Amino acid sequence: MRYCKDFIVVENETITSTLFILKLQYPETLPEIKAGQFVEILVEGNKDVFLRRPISIHDVDIERNQISLLVQIVGKGTDQLSNIKIGDTLNLIFPLGNGFTIVGKRVLLVGGGCGAAPLLYLARVLKQRQIKSDILIGCKDVNHLFSKKEYESLSNLHIATEDGSCGLKGLVTSHKIMEEDFDAIYCCGPTPMMKAISKHAKQKNIPCYVSLEHKMACGFGVCLCCVVETNIGNKRTCVTGPIFLSSDLKDF
Amino acid sequence: MNNIDKRLEVTIKDMVLRNPVMTASGTFGYGYDYEDFMNLESLGGIVVKATTGANREGNAYPRMAETSSGMLNAVGLQNKGVDYFCNTLYNKIKDINTNMIVNVSGSSIEEYVEVAEKINELKNIPGIELNISCPNVKQGGMAFGTDPKMAAEVVKAVRRAYNKTLIVKLSPNVTSIVEIAKAVEGEGADSLSLINTLFGMAVDAEKRQPLLSTVTGGLSGPAVKPVALRCVWQVAKQTKLPLIGIGGIMNATDAIEFILVGATAIEVGTANFINPAISQEIVYGISEYLDRHNIKNISDIRGII
Repeated sequence: MRYCKDFIVVENETITSTLFILKLQYPETLPEIKAGQFVEILVEGNKDVFLRRPISIHDVDIERNQISLLVQIVGKGTDQLSNIKIGDTLNLIFPLGNGFTIVGKRVLLVGGGCGAAPLLYLARVLKQRQIKSDILIGCKDVNHLFSKKEYESLSNLHIATEDGSCGLKGLVTSHKIMEEDFDAIYCCGPTPMMKAISKHAKQKNIPCYVSLEHKMACGFGVCLCCVVETNIGNKRTCVTGPIFLSSDLKDF
Repeated sequence: MNNIDKRLEVTIKDMVLRNPVMTASGTFGYGYDYEDFMNLESLGGIVVKATTGANREGNAYPRMAETSSGMLNAVGLQNKGVDYFCNTLYNKIKDINTNMIVNVSGSSIEEYVEVAEKINELKNIPGIELNISCPNVKQGGMAFGTDPKMAAEVVKAVRRAYNKTLIVKLSPNVTSIVEIAKAVEGEGADSLSLINTLFGMAVDAEKRQPLLSTVTGGLSGPAVKPVALRCVWQVAKQTKLPLIGIGGIMNATDAIEFILVGATAIEVGTANFINPAISQEIVYGISEYLDRHNIKNISDIRGII
């Protein structure tokens, strides 16, 4: 079941000049939300922002009926969204997409930049299911690192930064945690990074789940704009994905 | 089922619509995609995604670009073909209690006829919408809808193969839409729906490249509404067929505007992406408009402009 309902903004936390976290209160009891699912936000009052904006769910607080969204400012829609005030309402279509398939006894989560957004809630779900996880976050510098405390409370956190201001200096692929044995890898981030991690998983002969980000008009399967080429033809990122087994994707 | 407002009932050939609000092909899936958000039976009709003879993968990504007050798409008629529709999808939609209409497309007259013949056998499909106006396929589509002779030829052939309500969807990308409308009226079309998307393009100045993989696409959304209103108004004055107005309808007021210029019914398209319950809300909004203006029947204001 998907819903189209208003949420109330309870927090708008600035992380960097282009990154912010919204915490939204649902006035009713939240339905079940899977890690890796996303929402479509209505951004009103700008003729250049016509369609909703798909944003992945960063975290869910089921007791408080709150969800968090990590948003990067990439255009007019997300820029306008960054100015939203506490107490304002936002209309969301949710929860959308398939979510992560939970497998294995020990798994690795790899996130790059703001693409790491859905991994926090994934780490929370894994902990609830008593699956051991390590999480490796790659970002530009220490200032672009978000939700560090939360990650640490749920998983073993490893960090790689481009400038070495936190953790390893370099790319996630060169981090030594990559050499350890895992049952599966969950990866979200820039496409070149997901391709590199997917290649690594292939060598290790373990499944690698990636989260794709494609332009979409609706987000719930009807516009057919967000297709991705898979081994069995074009599939809609919004309903068959956004989480795909990387071995099913043509370009990976 | 919500209370039926009898003032809204309209007829298109043999189809009785409980109200003039339909949903446009390509924006409403197969109907059931919207079940979570609204009561499908509150609608006058649903036009499902275009169906072609064989499976089509559609165009490459990116297929969509947002524009001011609208969007461009270049989906390219992605669908699994008419046999899959008849054998699988039909069973999922046949019990939806509203007029379930199939949008029929093709690259040749033979393909249009093949699809129409097969859909003709489906008991619970009261009509088809012949798509001679898709701007996003290399062969066929808009080519049939921009030449009066070709438009007449395809409608003539399909008319022979199809004996239920035949709606023909017109392209605005022509010098004279009235000429095309008259050509298909002459060959036995029962109704015209207009307009399909406007042929357009969008460019990324920073990357210095087009935003769509196909370079060009079809523009929809409120940006096209003035063009659509003009087309409906012109065709209403020059033909006798019941018209279905389409183009940028976002609310009940927009729908009323189309009825005032001569539309019997309307199709809600791109707006479904933004508010998935909008079509049902438009039904209520039309009732409210009739209340507010003390109008006894929707037909009393049809074509008064």
